[in-house]
Amino acid sequence: MYKLLLCVRYLRTRYIALASIISVTLGVATMIVVNAVMQGFSHEMLDRMHDIGSDISVTGLGLDGFPDPEWHMNRIREVAGDDIEAMTSIVVVPAAISFQFNGQWITRHIDLVGIDAATHADVSNIGRFLQHPENRKQLSFLLRESGYDTRDHEGGADAKERLGLSPAGWEYRRQRAAWNQTRPQRDVMPEDVPAAADAGDDGAPPPDLFAAGRPPEAANVFDPAKQQNVGVVLGMALASIRDKEGVAHFMIRPGDDVRITFPTAGTPPQAMSDTFTVVDFYESKMSDFDSKFVAMPIKKLQELRGMIDPLTGVGNVTSIRVRLKPGRDLNDVRDKIQAAFPMPAPVRVSTWRDQQAPILAAVEMETVILNILLFMIIAVAGFGIVSTFFMIVVEKTRDIGILKSLGASGRGIAGIFVAYGFSLGTVGSLAGMGLGLLFVHYINEIAGWLGMLTGRELFDPAVYFFHEIPTIVHPFTVSWIVGGALVIAVLASVLPAIRAAMLHPVEALRHE
Amino acid sequence: MSNVEIQSSKSKTRGKVPGPHIKLPKSAKSPDAASAIAGSELAAVDLYKSYRKGHNEIPVLRGVNLRVGPGEMLAIVGQSGSGKSTLLHLLGTLDAPDSGEVYFEENRIDNLPSAGRDVLRNKHFGMIFQFYHLLPELTTLENVLMPLMIAQGVLRYRFCKQKNVRQAKHLLDMVGLSHRLKHKPSELSGGEMQRAAIARALVAEPDVLLADEPTGNLDKTTGEEILALLRSLNDERNLTIVMVTHDGAIARQADRTVVLVDGVVQEA
Ligand SMILES: Nc1ncnc2c1ncn2[C@@H]1O[C@H](COP(=O)(O)OP(=O)(O)OP(=O)(O)O)[C@@H](O)[C@H]1O
Ligand SMILES: [Mg+2]
Repeated sequence: MYKLLLCVRYLRTRYIALASIISVTLGVATMIVVNAVMQGFSHEMLDRMHDIGSDISVTGLGLDGFPDPEWHMNRIREVAGDDIEAMTSIVVVPAAISFQFNGQWITRHIDLVGIDAATHADVSNIGRFLQHPENRKQLSFLLRESGYDTRDHEGGADAKERLGLSPAGWEYRRQRAAWNQTRPQRDVMPEDVPAAADAGDDGAPPPDLFAAGRPPEAANVFDPAKQQNVGVVLGMALASIRDKEGVAHFMIRPGDDVRITFPTAGTPPQAMSDTFTVVDFYESKMSDFDSKFVAMPIKKLQELRGMIDPLTGVGNVTSIRVRLKPGRDLNDVRDKIQAAFPMPAPVRVSTWRDQQAPILAAVEMETVILNILLFMIIAVAGFGIVSTFFMIVVEKTRDIGILKSLGASGRGIAGIFVAYGFSLGTVGSLAGMGLGLLFVHYINEIAGWLGMLTGRELFDPAVYFFHEIPTIVHPFTVSWIVGGALVIAVLASVLPAIRAAMLHPVEALRHE
Repeated sequence: MSNVEIQSSKSKTRGKVPGPHIKLPKSAKSPDAASAIAGSELAAVDLYKSYRKGHNEIPVLRGVNLRVGPGEMLAIVGQSGSGKSTLLHLLGTLDAPDSGEVYFEENRIDNLPSAGRDVLRNKHFGMIFQFYHLLPELTTLENVLMPLMIAQGVLRYRFCKQKNVRQAKHLLDMVGLSHRLKHKPSELSGGEMQRAAIARALVAEPDVLLADEPTGNLDKTTGEEILALLRSLNDERNLTIVMVTHDGAIARQADRTVVLVDGVVQEA
């Protein structure tokens, strides 16, 4: 009983110990904030990576892909049908895109992805990243009339305006065609005319929306004001440049034509080139993807690359993408599917986590190291507690002698100080928890105020792509941190407590 | 009630530690010692204690033999530095002698394990000191309750709280401090602090009161009041009191006075 009473009294009269516990509070608060932000960032990143890719990919070994995707899909369904929600096939080839900007031709390296617009969204969350509201519901490679978002739809209330996306679509394409008519030589691509003829010749012209209303004599002349080439979706970073304020300046808009050059199938590959019409932009905010990704209809890509078997009319694909039903174990299903295609089958099966393994490992490593470093701070605070407690034990030496003369055991005396450490640790780490959670809750406001105070934006959306600082508070992490701090506080009080318990009663009584 | 506990802890040490225990042969009472302690409440047999300062050994007690009868009020006088406090600490098991034995109700106590000595100090001995030694963070009442709190765990204390408080208040009333219950020691006079210390020493109903210069820090009148209080405790409750003092006038009020000279005790 006396332990409790004295512990409480010491708590109320020894503010110096409270000061020593403040470092624990700050350490706990820092750890909670840092972990919440780290987890927020990595969750956001993983979420996007997952939406970019698909649960599981069955990928061929080369650019020419593997034949008969139907057969492969059936095989996959046989072994893992219960787990599978949807499948789609894609063709991926490295390619180069060329477009004219400010009177200059710009060529860039891209990954050209042929997708099936009808089924792709069942597997990958591609819609989330598109700029036209209708395309977000159902992707179409036909140019939309207008209505592209002029603000980042994921950017929150204070997202910057993207004036470059208005006008866009047919509205813009018509304006540009009219403009080109007045100054015909300005904007003409060197191969524009033959390419347009190609598009007309190969029997699969872009669906002609205005065929009905078109005068018959204009039937085989490509009219850019009324016709489009095959549609492509461009990565946002390919089409625009961001300035320091995070405003996107568009070099191309939906409705513009671009040239894409890609290798044909077969050995050796030949360079093949065609003109396409940009129909939308893709913005995952993962710059690696946004600066490379270009999507087009898979059928057209297979045709252009010569991947279609002339006998069966079935095209090769480079990869089959699989979405699992919710709650299925990725690795489990991957192994099942891999077992259905034993070596030396020319396909590899991987999960999206496998594909992002280096980044995932890096993030995990970063989190672990950061936590170790931050926990060191709390450990340092622990040494502060040790020294403060030793001071208190010295100060209380005579009282300890008195207690011993009244029959208190050494263990009981040690108990006073351990209980003291425990209660200070509880106060300190709970205060730290409160402080940390409060900070996390208001982190964007705090960043804003600090930005105003220092005149520099601390969290610049232009740099981070997220419109506000993402945070996730895991109760497990928080309790782990608080518990750890508590253990450190108790451990730090044990040494002085033992010292107090071992004091010789007579010497303690003589102590002045 | 107390005897049982002491007996048992004593017999435990004997039974548990046979040959290798170095003190065991000594602990067996010699016929001399047996007769010396017979019927005593508290007794010291051949106590030696010296302090070591670097290479020099300063002998303080050199064979102290002392016998305090039940209900006796004994005064130990001696010059400053003669070792009175040291002797009292040995009697109260706060310190261990270099050699010799201490007996409480004819049971040897100087070699008890520390848990046994804690119980002894808590339940059977009451101690008061020259500088009162109250705990500064606690009120007078809490200071007086302290031995009971030490004896009882949280639950038991809560359970007995009313009874404990009643007893403490009764004692404080007896020493004339009932109007100072909520005061901290720093708000009390020396005499009041010593009264509180006496109340604290008595709250666990001890068998022996060990007082180290209880009046040493007080003016004459206050000192006499305190002494009168001790005297009445001895007379009315038949409490055994061992009191250390260097004031001959105070010592004369005791039943018996012994003098500590050159590390040995002589009858005055
Ligand atoms: N821890 C110690 N180390 C060394 N010498 C000590 C120690 N404690 C006490 N002494 C010495 O032992 C002797 C006896 O001390 P003690 O306190 O018992 O004397 P005392 O008779 O109570 O004196 P006083 O009347 O002044 O209280 C003194 O000479 C003192 O210096
Ligand atoms: Mg003394």
